[in-house]
Amino acid sequence: MKLKLSKTTRINFLTYAVVIVAFVVFQSLSSAGALSSTLKGQLVPICAYVVMALSLNLTVGVLGELSLGHAGFVSVGAFAGAVASAALTTVIPIPALRLAVSMVIGAIFAAIAGVLIGIPVLRLRGDYLAIVTLAFGEIIKSLITNFYIGIDGEGLHFSFLSNKLSLGEGGRMILNGPMGIPGITRISTFAAGFILTMIALIVIFNLVNSRSGRAIMALRDNRIAAESVGINVTKYKMMAFVTSAALAGAAGCLFSLGQNTILPSKFDFNTSILILVFVVLGGQGRMLGSIIAAAALTILPEVLREFADYRMLVYAIVLILVMLITNNPTISGFFARLFRRQKGDET
Amino acid sequence: MLTFLNHLISGISLGSVYAIIALGYTMVYGIAKMLNFAHGDVIMVGAYVCFFMVSSFGLHPIIGILLAMVVCTLLGIVIERLAYKPLRQAPSLAVLITAIGMSYFLQNAAQLLWTSNYKMFPAFFTFGGKNGVSFFDGRLNLSWTTIVTILACLVIMVVLTLFTDKTKLGKAMRACSEDKGAAQLMGINVNTTISVTFAIGSALAAVAGVLLCSAYPTLMPTTGSMPGIKAFTAAVFGGIGSIPGALLGGILLGIIEIFAKAYISTQVSDAIVFAVLIIVLLVKPTGLLGKQIREKV
Amino acid sequence: MKKAFALLLAVATLLCCLAGCASDPATDTPATSDTPDTPATSDTNDTPATSDTNGSNNTFVIGGTGPLTGGAAIYGNAAMHGAEIAVEEINALGGIQFKLMYEDDAHDAEKAVNAYNTLKDNGMQIFLGSVTSAPGVATSAEAYADRYFYLTPSASSTDVLGGVANPLTGTVDIARKDNIFQMCFMDPNQGDASAQYIKDNNLGTKIAVIYKNDDVYSTGLYNSFKNKADALGLEIVSTTTFTTDSQTDFSVQINDAKDNGADLVFLPMYYDAASLILTQANAIGYAPKFFGVDGMDGILTVEGFDTSLAEGVMLLTPFNADSTDPAAQSFVQKYQERYGDIPNQFAADNYDCIYAIYEALTKAGATADMDHATLCDLLIQQFTSPDFTFSGLTGENMTWNTDGFVSKSPKGMVIQNGAYVGMD
Repeated sequence: MKLKLSKTTRINFLTYAVVIVAFVVFQSLSSAGALSSTLKGQLVPICAYVVMALSLNLTVGVLGELSLGHAGFVSVGAFAGAVASAALTTVIPIPALRLAVSMVIGAIFAAIAGVLIGIPVLRLRGDYLAIVTLAFGEIIKSLITNFYIGIDGEGLHFSFLSNKLSLGEGGRMILNGPMGIPGITRISTFAAGFILTMIALIVIFNLVNSRSGRAIMALRDNRIAAESVGINVTKYKMMAFVTSAALAGAAGCLFSLGQNTILPSKFDFNTSILILVFVVLGGQGRMLGSIIAAAALTILPEVLREFADYRMLVYAIVLILVMLITNNPTISGFFARLFRRQKGDET
Repeated sequence: MLTFLNHLISGISLGSVYAIIALGYTMVYGIAKMLNFAHGDVIMVGAYVCFFMVSSFGLHPIIGILLAMVVCTLLGIVIERLAYKPLRQAPSLAVLITAIGMSYFLQNAAQLLWTSNYKMFPAFFTFGGKNGVSFFDGRLNLSWTTIVTILACLVIMVVLTLFTDKTKLGKAMRACSEDKGAAQLMGINVNTTISVTFAIGSALAAVAGVLLCSAYPTLMPTTGSMPGIKAFTAAVFGGIGSIPGALLGGILLGIIEIFAKAYISTQVSDAIVFAVLIIVLLVKPTGLLGKQIREKV
Repeated sequence: MKKAFALLLAVATLLCCLAGCASDPATDTPATSDTPDTPATSDTNDTPATSDTNGSNNTFVIGGTGPLTGGAAIYGNAAMHGAEIAVEEINALGGIQFKLMYEDDAHDAEKAVNAYNTLKDNGMQIFLGSVTSAPGVATSAEAYADRYFYLTPSASSTDVLGGVANPLTGTVDIARKDNIFQMCFMDPNQGDASAQYIKDNNLGTKIAVIYKNDDVYSTGLYNSFKNKADALGLEIVSTTTFTTDSQTDFSVQINDAKDNGADLVFLPMYYDAASLILTQANAIGYAPKFFGVDGMDGILTVEGFDTSLAEGVMLLTPFNADSTDPAAQSFVQKYQERYGDIPNQFAADNYDCIYAIYEALTKAGATADMDHATLCDLLIQQFTSPDFTFSGLTGENMTWNTDGFVSKSPKGMVIQNGAYVGMD
């Protein structure tokens, strides 16, 4: 019996399979106690980075616009989600449910930010668009740095620029301006990270393979041609951009609820660049690549601890070498020939 | 009024530093069409070289600057040769990531070489024991560093413009920037031209490094990164690829930053600077002096 | 086909990473290679001290995280070097032996937790915590849950300890973590002390504050200073801020202080920014009194800094590298010989941390075969017991109670002729 599957469907199923296998393997290793504390502690952040990379790949790879401010959306999701989780502690005592609700809230806030930012940004092109996303990322960071949220019996209290809150009996500060959220109850789990990764993949693949997805890719490949056949540029660009922002927000929430503390300054330009590196290294538009690159590059600095002082130097060299090698025509040509020969043998 | 003038002068001082860095950015971008994120770190290397030449070997500052330019030029050529040249045919994002890798590399190498302890850069530009001129009984001050920086910006701008307009190599650069394929067909060695562009950009970085650290004298391995990003913003603001645009963008960015701090709030000044940038780009999508590229179907 | 290749490469990298993770967790880091080897093999090392231990293993493994790379690397490296010297001295004494491991956290909470987990994998028994505040908040929560004794040299935020009321809202935002202790002044104590000092000595009537509003340490100090100053009736005429991104030009902040007629400027920040403020204030001829905090210590030792700019600057600091105290002199001399520069308070605080742990371990009669949880309980008991006092480079007769912060009095220093002089 021969299943007739298109190439994209096969790749999509391969991606799902890799994620599921990776989850099962690491989950069982983890419960068997075979993982080092370092790797165990990184499982949730890896999932968060994977989803961040996937969401950025939607903007960079599928929509074809360079974004240098993706950390801004992650930040909105991270803080909205963490505040929601802290506020809902008594309302929803079950951690898993609270995590899910927080993620949805994080995603909604990030999506709102995506709409607000997308309207002006998507009118620009190329490097100008990139710099405006960078600017928005910095603005979000700067605003959250000046935001104070406290909670007491009456509910949430907000303050901007300076902490003027007077909280009632039993109240406490949740978001403390530049000090971020110092006491987060960790409720993110590896399983939740896995589920979020799967959801992100399902959303992205369904979007890409839909009529809308084809319209988005048509815009990427040739905007003028796409426009001339009646594709609504703003609508489809916004669709991709906002979906990307929402997924980034959910990833941010997963990340923040897996940490003890998060600071607004964590989600700066360097973090945006880091996520972009995952996407470019894994390949634009290739989701499996993003997943592997995000996981590998998150683990890499920890593995390089043996190099001590030379750790980040080695990391930089590895990054440059990987970029040089993957883009070297001789080497990729060699592998291309190799693969072709193998395929020839099979038939 | 005096306060306003003081803020204006501070803005111009800060802006002139951004401008001189932005000139290097825009030069490389205009011709090689790549965002060289390692530019800020070449600046840092230039400042370190000058620092050691002057304070450890007791050389004259002018010699220090010249040596820094030589070292940075060589560094620029090596970086270009090893990291960017092999990617000439690769997608632009791949080059961007390589440049970021190079930036990490330079920062960490600098930390290993020169430790993370910061150094105070010596004040070069003092005349008659004074570091500036003051008016109205010292209520208005203009430092020599600012004057030198602005002069340097103007000189560099004029020289670069003349160079790209009049010399053969400069014309070759413009040709490469317009259309690499056509330039090649006209007998221009595109590879060499781009390499030369990097060499010039890196020499400019050395000058920028010295001037940056003369104005704001803490020198450490991460000194170049934030001014680098700000200068990149300034270059885009003025219209990236345009040499006068870099100067204008830099100065304006400095003034906006200072005014935002002075008249609105120091706490959210970063946000205001970037908000202004966004508004300008929405009104003029290719920056203040950027060229409108007509799209062909 | 390029795609396939890129994927292949990425998979290969991932596999390498995993292989690396699974490798022997007891590998030593080169950064601390001059301390004895892993505990299991410590009786084979060449330190003469182990000879009188009757072959029993008496090497305690102490770990710490700090920014060894990046913008804050100066503080992490100083702290690590301070601890290295203390460990070397103690190991040369014989008796209890220490093995020190430092991991880089790049001044980032997430990486600090990774660093902490690496230390755990490498057999850490006692934790020196994190050098800076934000990572300290993260690692203290982890160490609290895992029961590792935690004595930080310099993570001064109240959130590291927990159980301290927020100076602005009066709320306790984080519960006390009972195994966390600080060697440095806690931020509110120092902010309060600064305001009190200014008031008591009539140092200024109109006060300006410049602080870094994206930094945990600086904001924490400002909040408590403001609170105390209001209570004491000190008049704050100008409050301005800066961030990491705008840490170059301070003309607006300085002009604001000047225009409001401030005669004292309070600078709750590290010395990198402070040196720029001093330089720029001097350039426009503004010369109020400057009052700094312990983060300002080290400003005199910066290569190329014109110390005349810091003339008259007052600061509260626990440590003075110019001190005539023989212990301090010996420490400074060793530090200079080994690392080529003059130690700051981070180095001194961490040096003291090691000695405080050493004394507590000796008093408690702890042995290195105890696990970290047992050691944690023993050390908490020692540190909180009323008869445990510790005298080191950064203070005499320091004590701790269950709140975790150290009681030592900050030394008021004023810079005269390029050196610290006691203010009293």
